[in-house]
Amino acid sequence: MNQPAILVQDVSMMFNINSEKIDNLKEYVIRLLKRKLHYTEFWALRDVSFQVQKGERLGVLGFNGAGKSTLLKVIAGVMKPSAGRVEIQGVVAPLLELGAGFDMNYSGRENIFLYGATMGFSRAYIRERYDEILAFSELKDFIDAPVKNYSSGMRARLGFSIATAVEPDVLIVDEVLSVGDAKFRAKSEAKIKGMFDRGVTVLFVSHNTSQVRSLCTTAILLDKGKIIASGEANEVCDVYDKMVKIK
Amino acid sequence: MFIKELRAYRHLLREIVIKNIKIQYRDSALGILWTFLQPLLTTLVLVFIFQNIFGRNNPAMINYPIYLLCGRLLYEFYSQSTKRAMRSIANAASVIKKVKVPKYIYPLANVISNFITFLISLLVLVGFTLFYFIIGKNPPVINWHILLTPIPLLVLFLLCLGVGLILSVLSVFFKDIEYLYDVFCVLLFYFTPIFYLPGDLKGTTALKMAQMANPLYGIVEMFRDCVLRGVMLNPRHLLYSLGFSLALLLIGGLVFWKKQDKFILHI
Repeated sequence: MNQPAILVQDVSMMFNINSEKIDNLKEYVIRLLKRKLHYTEFWALRDVSFQVQKGERLGVLGFNGAGKSTLLKVIAGVMKPSAGRVEIQGVVAPLLELGAGFDMNYSGRENIFLYGATMGFSRAYIRERYDEILAFSELKDFIDAPVKNYSSGMRARLGFSIATAVEPDVLIVDEVLSVGDAKFRAKSEAKIKGMFDRGVTVLFVSHNTSQVRSLCTTAILLDKGKIIASGEANEVCDVYDKMVKIK
Repeated sequence: MFIKELRAYRHLLREIVIKNIKIQYRDSALGILWTFLQPLLTTLVLVFIFQNIFGRNNPAMINYPIYLLCGRLLYEFYSQSTKRAMRSIANAASVIKKVKVPKYIYPLANVISNFITFLISLLVLVGFTLFYFIIGKNPPVINWHILLTPIPLLVLFLLCLGVGLILSVLSVFFKDIEYLYDVFCVLLFYFTPIFYLPGDLKGTTALKMAQMANPLYGIVEMFRDCVLRGVMLNPRHLLYSLGFSLALLLIGGLVFWKKQDKFILHI
């Protein structure tokens, strides 16, 4: 049997709400002395289990605060779940908030290599793809300027170009298909569709059911940290649309 | 497992080290020259103050400007690298929140990049040494012991890495640790025999014990053994400072490893 590209098993994520607010020693000591260090538990995810086969495109639906972002962070390996396990086959390219790994004082060119290294790629590997990244981002004239002088659209374009040029096995897309102007948006959608055809596994988070219907094969619906529906993308989208109407 | 991870992320480590060095000198017209100018100028100031105003010029120091420079260069590396390592996790917050990376890369890279600029700044010491040889006045004793210089430098590197790891964890949870540490570094500067002789510290035995307990004391003295006095390293200094550094590195590594999954909730 083939191993699933993404395996999520009984994943739970618990936060201590109060403890996250104290960020200095002074306050900590004061609260310790006043014995006000009690915590409130909050479960962002509870016993979430699902599998995504290679080449499958899974939509993740849910209202704000349903646990979508936490789930993505757990799958991207950024957060360690309080319980359960996550297994991923291959390279994950997180498209969450493009350009997060950029250094503002660095030029676009230098950032391409830095961003690549953050994803675990060598200089030589990125150099091979450098021309492709540069061409796709359409930033040829600005590539030696520091990124702090870029517009947010330019930054997003550069981030998108790098993240998609490295041919990841798993692509995590967090509503970023609205990158840049209409022209670039069409181009990036075409690029993502091209990656679909090559069999990349996709995790797509959105509020927009029409996007999920057109892009995804399957979907899950999260509510208060639990999966309340899963299956065919169209069926799950129907459930979600009904919930929206009731509210 | 740790080694495998470090191998996989060696590109990232290298990129961050290069980035730190590049960024530090990018916006200044004199660029990397500051690595020399800064210790040169501050040493001249210190020499001026302590030699002329306080009349310090003890023959036991052999050559006061070089004596002072040795201590100051090492102290400067210690304070800079640990302070940079302390802020490294918070500075990398945008990456750590989005991408899976081994987080210890950040304090490690900061200590390494500071170590490289520190090694470059040692050329100032070479310049001073040549100068005193040429004018033939109080030249430092240079013999085969200079080959042992890497030993105190390596111990110092381990110490900075250990302290840097501990501070980087603390500052994630308690942001105000930075201010406390700045004060601590000022105390350390005066507590380490940088511009005075170790025996100059007058006071109670407890104070003298505390001076001996300071690992920088032994490291600075060993460094002077190599490049100024040309004598064998004091084995007591070596054993103590190496043991101290390794212990802190072990504690730092453990604390970091235990707490690293919680960073994301606080940065």
